[in-house]
Amino acid sequence: MRELAYYEAKLEGLREILAADERVHFITEIATGFLGLSPHRVHFRQIASSFPDRVIAPPISELAFCGVAIGAAMAGLRPIVDLITASFAFEAWPQIVNEAANAFYMSGGQTRAPVVFHLLHGLRGAGAAQHSHSPQAMLWNCPGLKIVLPSSPRDVKGLLKTAAASDSPTVFIDHVLLFEYRGSVPENDEAIPFGQAEIKRSGADVTVVATSLMVQRSLAVAERLAKDGIQVEVVDPRTIVPLDFDTIMGSVEKTGRVVVVDECHQSCGVAAELVARIAEAGFDKLKAPIRRVVTLDVPIPFSPRLEEFVSPSEARIAEAIRAAAR
Amino acid sequence: MDPIDQAHQSREWLIESCRRMLLIRHFEETLIGLQNQGHFAGHYHVYIGQEATGVPALSCLAPDDHIFTTHRNHGHLLARGAEPGRMYAEILGRRDGYNKGKGGTFHIAASHLGFHHTSGIVGGIIPLAAGAAYAAKARKTGQIAVCLIGDGALEEGAAPESFNIASLWKLPVLYLCENNGKYGAGRALGAAQSFSMAAYPLTDLPKVYKIPAQQVDGTDALAVYRVVSEVVGKIRQGQGPQFIETHTVRWPGSESNWPVVPVVTSVDLAWDASAAPEKFRDWYRASDPVLAFIRKIVEAGAATRAQLAEIDAQAVDLIDRAAKFALASPFPEPQEALTDVFA
Repeated sequence: MRELAYYEAKLEGLREILAADERVHFITEIATGFLGLSPHRVHFRQIASSFPDRVIAPPISELAFCGVAIGAAMAGLRPIVDLITASFAFEAWPQIVNEAANAFYMSGGQTRAPVVFHLLHGLRGAGAAQHSHSPQAMLWNCPGLKIVLPSSPRDVKGLLKTAAASDSPTVFIDHVLLFEYRGSVPENDEAIPFGQAEIKRSGADVTVVATSLMVQRSLAVAERLAKDGIQVEVVDPRTIVPLDFDTIMGSVEKTGRVVVVDECHQSCGVAAELVARIAEAGFDKLKAPIRRVVTLDVPIPFSPRLEEFVSPSEARIAEAIRAAAR
Repeated sequence: MDPIDQAHQSREWLIESCRRMLLIRHFEETLIGLQNQGHFAGHYHVYIGQEATGVPALSCLAPDDHIFTTHRNHGHLLARGAEPGRMYAEILGRRDGYNKGKGGTFHIAASHLGFHHTSGIVGGIIPLAAGAAYAAKARKTGQIAVCLIGDGALEEGAAPESFNIASLWKLPVLYLCENNGKYGAGRALGAAQSFSMAAYPLTDLPKVYKIPAQQVDGTDALAVYRVVSEVVGKIRQGQGPQFIETHTVRWPGSESNWPVVPVVTSVDLAWDASAAPEKFRDWYRASDPVLAFIRKIVEAGAATRAQLAEIDAQAVDLIDRAAKFALASPFPEPQEALTDVFA
């Protein structure tokens, strides 16, 4: 089966989406388009030059260009708008959470806003406090937004296709540290439906529910722990809105031991919500307390030594799994 | 010069515009009564005093143009032909409301009339209108987008950011800024400096972004029609965004946050305002755009007072039936709250 780097699968998906539907317009900073500061961003320029009328570079006005994308979606286009760093979404917060998220509901089902917001979240290394946010939990608090968190080359392409075809506003939250991972991406692969978790690795001892980059980090930890006799099952929800809770609970019922790994801050983060739901639905199935591995509740520091200390690192994931397995 | 000839307006247009202005006036007067009787909760904003802006301005549009409006939307929807009964039902939170009771007064949407999304956030629609204009331009549909805002919206950062994009990309969008601040909350004063806006006149703001901008008397329906129809023509020709600031005199009934109706508007009031309490009389005599329009039509010989009184009676009757329709409409089933989250 064909193998691609994550960034290659992502760009291939974007190219196919633009080629298939002329209602798709891509609003982005051309110099960084879709890949942030990754060295692979040069490959984006080929896409930009293939669709010169539909790849649009806006001024540095996140509030307005997100609103333009939403308004264009209400009037018949299907824009994808690239905010680059997830922290920049705060500049556009009123349009994303108070206009796009509410439009369909508030109009009593009259007005669709099929727009995709693309963000690169999390600790990318030396991002410090203002370029390292993971706003997915804040966005999960805004009903009306679909929230996608891909973690593999096949997923990023397949989920991007579903996002572009979604009739609801969708936040596509990617991680720049995933771009180098390689994996199988079948030719002519299908779109991956929202709300279908994937068991990325099977194991009988401990369930790890992880999102985005934390899926890859948890898989690496799971390989090492297998040598010590701990069989870890890694469940990747892939989308948190909608959430495939059945697959998560199926794994929880099998192992009875749960670690949730996510890059949001601890308080009211994605892990907090998942832990609460698992505890509510499956308290009697648990053989040990649920643990979570998340970013510590401080602004993100610059120094690599400090950033590593606050992050959900492989060491902390391994420690939590060992504790859950005892 | 006869102002009616100058506007090249047919008698039918004059009568229809008058009918819609009276409909808006009575809609709001009755709505204030419904609020005072406790039929709906929450804050709301009325369009009284601005009828001669919304009605002629929106008559310049094509049926499929995109319109984005604000918390002060009632007049815009009625000008465009929305059903007053379904609007009342929405404001009262009833099942037959345009938004199934999920929007309320701030968010009335009527997609089939071009009102896709009505935002209660000041400045919220300014980028959205540019976006609809972007879509129309990209799809070459010939549609334009109209952004109906108040003067306060220019204080939001969304305004200059959107003006910049609309101008750079030559988007077919009309910004119609209804400045009703003169004697009211005292925000932007238009031609003079205010406590909340350093730029004046307000038309200086869009002009910085090379958007042609002009001011017009928003109480003069014919002047509004002339300016808006000319500007809409330019936008349709591909000349890019345009900005119009209209000036109206704030209706003293809404000087407090909770409006009161000092006198029910009638055709007779156009010639004799003595029925209005003294505090309000000057406004009805000198600043009421509906009464001014009624006088103009009669003086031009386009209709008699008796004919307009008949139209007024029909408007009163229509509004009365609309209110009854809304009051008879049931509240939605509670489970309705869980639908329409996702398309």
